Amino acid sequence: MSLTASDVKKIAHLARLGIDELDIEAYTHDLSGMLNLMVQMSDLNTDGIEPMAHPMEQGQRLRTDEVTERDQHKQFQAIAPQVDSGLYLVPKVIE
Amino acid sequence: MHTKTIIELAQGLRAGDFSSVELTQTFLNRIKQYDTLNAYITVTEDLALQTAQAADLKLATGEANLLTGIPIAQKDIFCTQGVKTSCGSKMLDNFLAPYNATVIEKFNTAGAVMLGKLNMDEFAMGSSNENSYYGAVKNPWDLNAVPGGSSGGSAAAVAAGLAVCATGTDTGGSIRQPASHCGITGLKPTYGRVSRYGMIAYASSLDQGGPMTRSAEDAAIVLQAMAGFDPKDSTSVDCAVPDYLAGLNTSLQGLSIGLPKEFFGEGLAPDVAAVIEAAIKEYQKLGAIIKEISIPNLNLAIPAYYVIASAECSANLSRFDGVRFGYRCKDPVDLTDLYVRSRGEAFGKEVKRRILMGTYALSAGYYDAYYLKAQKVRRLIAEDFKRALQEVDVIMGPVAPSVAFGIGEKINNPIEMYLSDIYTIAINLAGLPAMSVPAGFAQHKPVGLHIIGNYFAEQRLLNIAHQYQKITDWHQKSPKGFE
Repeated sequence: MSLTASDVKKIAHLARLGIDELDIEAYTHDLSGMLNLMVQMSDLNTDGIEPMAHPMEQGQRLRTDEVTERDQHKQFQAIAPQVDSGLYLVPKVIE
Repeated sequence: MHTKTIIELAQGLRAGDFSSVELTQTFLNRIKQYDTLNAYITVTEDLALQTAQAADLKLATGEANLLTGIPIAQKDIFCTQGVKTSCGSKMLDNFLAPYNATVIEKFNTAGAVMLGKLNMDEFAMGSSNENSYYGAVKNPWDLNAVPGGSSGGSAAAVAAGLAVCATGTDTGGSIRQPASHCGITGLKPTYGRVSRYGMIAYASSLDQGGPMTRSAEDAAIVLQAMAGFDPKDSTSVDCAVPDYLAGLNTSLQGLSIGLPKEFFGEGLAPDVAAVIEAAIKEYQKLGAIIKEISIPNLNLAIPAYYVIASAECSANLSRFDGVRFGYRCKDPVDLTDLYVRSRGEAFGKEVKRRILMGTYALSAGYYDAYYLKAQKVRRLIAEDFKRALQEVDVIMGPVAPSVAFGIGEKINNPIEMYLSDIYTIAINLAGLPAMSVPAGFAQHKPVGLHIIGNYFAEQRLLNIAHQYQKITDWHQKSPKGFE
């Protein structure tokens, strides 16, 4: 199982992850190596096996619908790259 | 003072032999003296001395517990309010956490003195601590060797006497493998035993915080402070926490130890195998019975782990987008450019590899073949362990296939690096508790004995480790130059 450079570019786009053009070949090689490791699983018959998502087989815990958080937006926004009037600023999305 | 146990230090504080301020200053001095190890990312000197003063007051008024005034260091994955919490990444180099992790709150309540934040592989991804934005940590036993990872700073700091004790986190071996490579005691608790609230997530169904200490007795005290149900963590398990110290002296007469044949096969260095075999003989002297067992699907643990961990990491790390906190690239032209460049410029190579792998495994058309398949394999591996733990009380074996390797030796070969986690990874998939206990040396470097127990059997594990430490002194050895 191996990936191509264009596969890696497509995955990087899906992850919104900038990859240096010069590194594409190395990532293609490494990811293909990882996939070769992973295909070993296909040798094992897992028909009828229930997937295991959580070691304790726990369901989601419910709680009463009460307000437990206080407004801390000033504190949280104090560490944001760019804020104005309580809003997070990003480059213009709609012209 | 830096080699004393927590109980000895607590007695010294109460007897007035030294104050917490003096004790804290001793460790701050050692941190400066040995800063070439690169174990710390941030040293919180002023905060530590203030906390120590407060601890001395509590000690004077008799309001103290065992950890009051004891200097501890925290892996830089635990959010600490107002203090840089970098997770070993350029992405969070400017991140002052706006709140405390539950684990940090618990140590604060106990009155422990935080010396600083410890180096680690970026976002806990790595087995050598070479993936840190802040540079590699050196192994105090051999400055050319890695300390292991991802909690490499924690292991190096405790081994070199730069903290009495430390915290670590373990997703695929990140407490046990560095503990083994640095000759200290490390415990990965049962999944759900220690709150993950405020512990920066890598692979949420595998991550678990735990103690990294010189001895099992110290680990019992530190785990006591960390463990317990937390409503803020939806995967925290509501199960009573026993008194870990009280269980340390139970006899091991009749203890049945399972040795999985898959742990002793090809790939295990003969010098490491010899140390493990000698440790098991010590257990036989203590009255334990040995039985060969099998974990038939162990060989699939690494593939299953790298699918599950990568998939969960790609989802968890999508929150680092350059918008609300952390690194933002300069002059983004549009929103996509902001995301792509902020993430591209701030994540290191290994983190990128795993995000790409996880994104691929979760993408349309591949989900069933990789993620779902890996979750099924995970169940089979967990069932292997459950079956084995019906036959025996605990499982023992090596933590790592070799002693600490050289800095730079495996960094360009990620697959080879992954394969070195063969014995630890399966335990995280099953969610079981496990320890690494110093058991001797090979090539003058420490070797850890792996002890794996049933769900919530931390007390028994600590007991088994403590009984061994009563008849051996491997855990009391100090690396040359750090005595």
